[in-house]
Amino acid sequence: MPPLLFYLLALITLGFGFMVVTGRNPVTCALSLAASFVGLAALFLSLDAYFIGIIQILVYAGAVMVLFLFIIMLLDIKAEEHKKLNLAPIISGIVVAVLLVVQIFAVATSTGLAGKTAQNTPLELAEAVGKLGKAALPTITNDLKAGTLPDVKLIGFTLFEQYGFHLQVVGLLLLVGTIGVVVLSKREKGGAQ
Amino acid sequence: MISLSHYLVVSGMLFALGLAGVIARRNILIVYMCLEMMLSAANLALVGFSRFHLVNGLPDYTAQSLVFFTITVAAAEVAVGLAIIVALFRSKQSVDVESVTKLQG
Repeated sequence: MPPLLFYLLALITLGFGFMVVTGRNPVTCALSLAASFVGLAALFLSLDAYFIGIIQILVYAGAVMVLFLFIIMLLDIKAEEHKKLNLAPIISGIVVAVLLVVQIFAVATSTGLAGKTAQNTPLELAEAVGKLGKAALPTITNDLKAGTLPDVKLIGFTLFEQYGFHLQVVGLLLLVGTIGVVVLSKREKGGAQ
Repeated sequence: MISLSHYLVVSGMLFALGLAGVIARRNILIVYMCLEMMLSAANLALVGFSRFHLVNGLPDYTAQSLVFFTITVAAAEVAVGLAIIVALFRSKQSVDVESVTKLQG
């Protein structure tokens, strides 16, 4: 990937992320977060993670942000313009964030991680055909021989071959979450309204 | 050249932005958005490690499976959290974190 494109996408992700943190109006924040997630999805695509990039857009920028916008409009929240800022949390937030960035910068640039580029760790699709083991299904090997990365097929194989139980647990979690939401949003009898 | 450390630094900066938002903001909805941002930042680090840790010439799909689970759990968490926020708004008529002081005694 051209370095310029990476910096542009990183700027979109971080710039809109900054707008989420500093924005006064919740609707602006929610839309900025959606834009930030689209930039992040593009970064995922640049890392050859096509499936993750697509579900980042579908789940986060689509479903989650629409839910946020629904709740913001349902609750009819006014922008907090006339409220005074209290400085202590803001200053501590900035200090903690700066310290964390400095630490992560030191760790991420000092070790051998900086030497790993897409050029010196290229994907070896043709060589991978013989080493797939149980994943050597015709649909996967044909894609690899054709020179395309069967990203979704390989994730699906990993999920259902190695993490089938975890997948069912997550399904149960979603079910419990759905029931929890219904119970939580039910109005109590004889409540205020 | 763009290396793994570039992605890790972007991921760390996004996480730090989210953390600053969680600490500094008082609107509980925006605190929630910042939490989502932190989860996504962790996902970016995972996908970066997945791409640059090749297994037989392919990305490490164990990491991407973990990202898949993270996104699923985050979606469930948002749904439940927003339901709690709605319930909170019904009783307090406010989404300010400082309006919730019942446990202070």
